[in-house]
Amino acid sequence: MHNPSAEPRPSIYYRYHVHQPWLPRHVGEVQRHPVVIVGSGPSGLVTALELARLGVRSVVLTADLQVSQGSRAIVFTRRSLEILQQVGVARRIMEFGLPWRFGNSYYRGQHVFRMEAPHDPDDRFPPMVNIQQQYLEEYLGDACRAQPLIELRWGNRCTSVRQQGDRVLAEVDTPAGSYVIESEWLVAADGGRSPIRSALGLPLEGNAYEGYFVIADIKVDLPLPTERLAYFDPEWNPRNTVLMHRQPQGMWRVDYQLPEGETPEQALTPESLQARIDAQLAMIGYAGISWEMDWSSVYSARALTLPDYVHGRILFVGDAAHLLPIFGVRGANTAFQDAQSLAWHLAFVVRRLAPDTLLANYSRERVGAAREIIDEAGKSTRFMTPPTTGFRLLRDAVLSLSLSQSFVRPLYHWRTSRPHEYVDSALNSRTDDNKSFTSGPCDGAPPRNVRLGPQDYLLDHLGGGFDLLYFSDGEAIPESQVAAVQAARARGLPLKVTAVSAGSTTVPGADQTLVEASGHLRECYGVANAGAAYLLRPDQHICARWARLDSTRLRATLDNLFIL
Amino acid sequence: MTAAETVRTLAIADLERVYDSLAEALDTAGPEKGTLFLVKLALLSANALADAALFQQQIEVALLDL
Repeated sequence: MHNPSAEPRPSIYYRYHVHQPWLPRHVGEVQRHPVVIVGSGPSGLVTALELARLGVRSVVLTADLQVSQGSRAIVFTRRSLEILQQVGVARRIMEFGLPWRFGNSYYRGQHVFRMEAPHDPDDRFPPMVNIQQQYLEEYLGDACRAQPLIELRWGNRCTSVRQQGDRVLAEVDTPAGSYVIESEWLVAADGGRSPIRSALGLPLEGNAYEGYFVIADIKVDLPLPTERLAYFDPEWNPRNTVLMHRQPQGMWRVDYQLPEGETPEQALTPESLQARIDAQLAMIGYAGISWEMDWSSVYSARALTLPDYVHGRILFVGDAAHLLPIFGVRGANTAFQDAQSLAWHLAFVVRRLAPDTLLANYSRERVGAAREIIDEAGKSTRFMTPPTTGFRLLRDAVLSLSLSQSFVRPLYHWRTSRPHEYVDSALNSRTDDNKSFTSGPCDGAPPRNVRLGPQDYLLDHLGGGFDLLYFSDGEAIPESQVAAVQAARARGLPLKVTAVSAGSTTVPGADQTLVEASGHLRECYGVANAGAAYLLRPDQHICARWARLDSTRLRATLDNLFIL
Repeated sequence: MTAAETVRTLAIADLERVYDSLAEALDTAGPEKGTLFLVKLALLSANALADAALFQQQIEVALLDL
């Protein structure tokens, strides 16, 4: 019998709400559902919300009765906020979170590098926002509760899964006993230690780097702006690196590397934490300041991925699919992109709009993204925790040189998470004019947000299916093209037509018209003339663009979308 | 840094390549022969630089903040 704790987790800033467990009416009963999602972290809940938006029902199983322990993921990127906007929680995050765009690196007390993340007036969201993961999970959970197609079952622990023909059977334990849930598809969103991945014996590929980091959240009153602070080779922790981030409610995240040979258990003793945090605060000029500990944990830098995220009818997403180093905020931020991608691919398969093989495209695109991230993260990790003598010498030489030589300072900049461009996607049109555009997002790329007016941006208007963005001078969309759109819709394809018009407020043939007199949106999308168009997938990535759309090529692209 | 030195510098991507290949070469050389390898590399670089005065300046910079 599964007995999750009904005691709210301890926290000095977050009030945990303990939910009632979901209990089966009959122990031993078998239930059938199209999609079961195991795990209620960021990847599981975004998958459920995006599936629901596309009309697919799901059951989310979560072992605990409350959101996760500790702040965990605290830095969310602009692309993550764009995805979270699609599932309806970005507004709450922006109301509570702390936006930022500068990073500072220090060595021997000298400010050796300042990272400035660009912020364009066309972006609705800042480059980064800090907020504790409990709030994110709470907002996502609230959005799930408001969505009748999602059933979030607290206190339901998935104990085993097995595939049988075209079904997945999951055994679920609850405080009232166990039951079996049968589904067409099972999403393993069960986190970095994924019991499902372990049970299937699926090996991860990649590198595990040496070195452990302590993550500690403290409440302390520091009159410092929300900027990332990185300290290399500090006197109190020679050879190692220390990071600090401000969080809402006067909380600070302090990350520091463990001295070689020290175990995580030793590092997490109260005496060790106390001495090291005091030393860090003293080093930055706040010796003796009072602070309070909320939560601490240890992690190691790993850069690993499954080579395939689809195993029969079990689909992996987020940390269950890959383990990515914390440097560059790649964990949850990658998970959102995975979840958004998985949800629409899966929704199209469940709704029989595409063959099961569409899911292989999810795996190909996201494994490709994970490998790119691993490659980039490897570069950051080699600087943050040098894996060999050679890399340590290079890192130390760069630290030393950086005090007098500016040319090495950019090496302090570790790349932060950015969305992958699916330039080789099987879904990219082969008959469009992608190559002839000289600017604008290319086939496979994520969209470019554009400010249309006060609190009005392009991406506010797109999503929830395929989007055809049609550039008009006010004239109607040609009837033959409207007919091609209608034919695709008749086959069930969710497809919305958005006209961008310099003049008229309604363009006949479009579902909605964005009036844009300045021509700025056209410019951002490299559009030279009326009649140009972009086709965006449900995850908003571009899959076709035409300098001048015609019904033959539109029809061909829409017909060929799912012939993989 | 003098104006003459800023004329030709490494692009960041090239600097990263140099960083990685030098680190890997040091590991290949091993702890016993690392210093010998670096001195050989410095002599080769000096010869490629073909400017003894400029090389002397690099020595002075490298001696800072050890």
